[in-house]
Amino acid sequence: MSVNTTRGIGLSRRRFLQILAGTAGALVVGVRFAEAAEPPLPPEWLGDHFHELGAYVRIDAEGNVLIGARDPDTGTGVATALPMIIADELDADWNRVSVVQLGLGVSASNNQPQWTYGRQRGGTGDSIPAAWADLRQAGALARWLLTQAAARRLGIAADRLRCEAGTVIAPDGRRVTYGSLVDDASKLDLPRQAPAPKSPERYTLIGKPVGDVDAHAIVTGQAKYAIDHHEAEALVAVLLHCPWPDGSLARIDTAPALAVKGVVKVMHLKPEPGQPPGHTVIAPAVAVLAENTWAALEGRDKLKLEWKPGASVGASSGALEQQATSLLDGQAAPTTRVRDDGDVDKAGKHAARRFEASYYQPWLAHACPEPMNCLARIDKDHARLVVPSQAPQQAWAVVQRLTGLAPDQIEIRVPRVGGGYGRRLDHDYVAEAVMLAKAVNKPVRLLWTRDQDFAHDWYRPACVHKISAIVDGKRNLSAWNQRLASASALTGRGVPADRLWSSEVLPDQLPAGLVPNYRSDWYALESALPRGPHRAMPHLSNAFAVESFVDEIAHLMREDPLKTRQRLIGEPRMVALKNGGTLDTGRLRNVLQLVADRIEWKNWLRSVNGLGIACWYMDGAYVAHAVETSLQGDKLGIERIVCAVDVGRVINPLGLEGQIAGATLDALSTALNLAVTYKDGQIQQHDWKDYPLASMAQLPDNVEVIVVPNDGLPPTGASFLAMPTVAPALANAVFRVSAVRVRRLPLMKEFLRLQ
Amino acid sequence: MAPAQAHGVPVVPDSGIVPEAARNGIGIAVNGEHFVHIGDPQMPLLWYLRDVLWLTGTKYGGAHGENGADLVLVDGKPVSAITQPMAGLDGKRITTVEGLTANDGTLHPLQQAFIDEDAIGCGYCTPGWLIAGVDLLQRKPQPGDVDIDQLSNTCRCGCQTRVRAAIKRAATGKAAQA
Repeated sequence: MSVNTTRGIGLSRRRFLQILAGTAGALVVGVRFAEAAEPPLPPEWLGDHFHELGAYVRIDAEGNVLIGARDPDTGTGVATALPMIIADELDADWNRVSVVQLGLGVSASNNQPQWTYGRQRGGTGDSIPAAWADLRQAGALARWLLTQAAARRLGIAADRLRCEAGTVIAPDGRRVTYGSLVDDASKLDLPRQAPAPKSPERYTLIGKPVGDVDAHAIVTGQAKYAIDHHEAEALVAVLLHCPWPDGSLARIDTAPALAVKGVVKVMHLKPEPGQPPGHTVIAPAVAVLAENTWAALEGRDKLKLEWKPGASVGASSGALEQQATSLLDGQAAPTTRVRDDGDVDKAGKHAARRFEASYYQPWLAHACPEPMNCLARIDKDHARLVVPSQAPQQAWAVVQRLTGLAPDQIEIRVPRVGGGYGRRLDHDYVAEAVMLAKAVNKPVRLLWTRDQDFAHDWYRPACVHKISAIVDGKRNLSAWNQRLASASALTGRGVPADRLWSSEVLPDQLPAGLVPNYRSDWYALESALPRGPHRAMPHLSNAFAVESFVDEIAHLMREDPLKTRQRLIGEPRMVALKNGGTLDTGRLRNVLQLVADRIEWKNWLRSVNGLGIACWYMDGAYVAHAVETSLQGDKLGIERIVCAVDVGRVINPLGLEGQIAGATLDALSTALNLAVTYKDGQIQQHDWKDYPLASMAQLPDNVEVIVVPNDGLPPTGASFLAMPTVAPALANAVFRVSAVRVRRLPLMKEFLRLQ
Repeated sequence: MAPAQAHGVPVVPDSGIVPEAARNGIGIAVNGEHFVHIGDPQMPLLWYLRDVLWLTGTKYGGAHGENGADLVLVDGKPVSAITQPMAGLDGKRITTVEGLTANDGTLHPLQQAFIDEDAIGCGYCTPGWLIAGVDLLQRKPQPGDVDIDQLSNTCRCGCQTRVRAAIKRAATGKAAQA
């Protein structure tokens, strides 16, 4: 169902509200572009982010409330949490709310796209904070209009009325339902100033556990993902990509494939030169188009073809690691000095003790449960696509460039998405579907088989950290010198050379700001492997190196690693960050203490099992993990895992707990088992058996989640907050139980090698 | 036209219609409904469900079904739909995730338990977990952790602990009903 009835209508905001109300017999509240509105709207209407606004509320005469969810839900729960924010502000009865996943909201102005719903992006950790800044306005406005209408009807001043569960209530007990007010409310003039959002003590929904709005559809098999969508006459396309991203097609015999019943066409796709990653085909490819998936797969099996390797044919992940190690062992100047506090060199001269260690972390794939796919129908004056996208505006840009259609002639639907993890911020698969649909002049249902998904990804780059630290005579960490070598995930993505480090390391990551002499250097590596955004990057890799190293320092100082951390963090205070934010050391200490207490850290020294701990700071949120491991023979067991988070205000505690437990298990699975490797320039992982996500048996039976109540602060994102501290807490616990220090991931393989 | 009569025996005029050849299709029952597959017998059940019947609850996860997203019940036993050709299915009863719900819309106790325990991440692999869980509960009405550990499905969203709780909840509910 689409509720985007504004598409293609260039109206002022006032007219927009009224016309929709008039035609639909319902009250419709959207907050459109400030730029597109005339007369200009007072900016205070629009919250702090008035330039990127969007929201959608619709109330019909029966009192049913339809709320649009603007950000793609890749399993992060935003399709539930964002509408909750609007519904609470509206004082709607949640039982009468239906949530509709909004497609891309785009209209045209001077042939430029106008994003009707403002930002639309998911799985990047910023949906909730962005919604907190602007979506409350939509709910507050709708409530204001309804209250005004009720005031006129009842002859009572609006400020004496209150709203509750879809009803306006007068002091004398008279009640008017929202449904009966929508007609009047839709005829009202809008207020001159933005109606004030509710005061927090009046929240009825925010902070209460709410189940996923799609849960029923999912458990009954009715939820439709992009991969489940059809178009009459659509051809199914499956692909074989060149094993070398810089290779080419040397020879092909399509006859045997075309002989398969149902196969319609075989096509060769090439990356367009000069296009940034994610805007064109990821590698040269041959597509087989057929009447159904089975015929397409059979046809692809029968293809006789030969690929010609490119310059990357000699590359291997092992060689790249050696290159990184020799770079860090040598004296070469870094590509970028990311941060340099105090004087690390001078501090070294007064060293009481000096420590050093190196850590290796592998390439990672996204491994989305729902593989890349896209349904594309390209007509002369309209394109309709169903895309599993995390950033539909980016998908739009790809479609627009390849079709030349006007902004509002492109319709992009984004149903619930089967996992994203950053993979679907790039839209190479959309480019493929559009190219094919244009070529065959029919709708195309593109499907990446799992082997293509593993072998052609925008991988998380491998990295090597070499960290040295100095402890002074008072056991204080006086200097920290961190050097990191990796191939930037931003190469080719329009980022200036002196900012390529920003996907690999952050100037404000711990323990920066806590150590007087702190230096962070980045060394660029070259690799032909496609690279891109990945879940919790670069926190994931840096937290493992940093929080493992802190433990190593503690061990060499013969100290309880909790105490070492507490001394490093220091007393509760606000530490100014380079990016303008602040690190609240009190909140960091608190999450650390909470997991320590829960796992009974007092047993750390004597426990037969091994206890490990780690903490981290990420974009205004705080996280800590504690892990208890056991060892029987060479069998490592994870007995307990505890996570504490402080995310400020919690919108949906049930959703948050799910995200924290889920990210904890995903991070465990990644740390224990997962690595992408390549040899002769070719990826060596082709199916789940080569990239074995942790099994039920390998994972703990329970994740204990502690959420710090902190309603005084605005909410932060949490979908990958629990990722970074898992691997170091695990490695630290493994060290306690086995005396084996794992400095290389994946952990299980390295543990067995070292033991 | 053939002559209307020869040797005094009436002859039925030829209609010109060529009779259909007898089709030896593969007859299966999917969620209680009967279908006959007359296409390629090597077509895997998964593509028959998804492309022919447009029954899309059963998901594609990979070529060998390792992650379990493509599990269905064949005569009550869990089978990876992508590795099962239609050829072996004549006369078989298939249950997909859509078939776990009763005709009146009542959810299977395990479906309800997945909702109650919030055992859902992105939801893509959930149908496979449900089929595996229903099979487990059929074999072991009161499964222990060791039994649940045997499930080979995987979940990138990390729902395993909540799936475990859901299976236990469904088992408890069943015990309470019994």
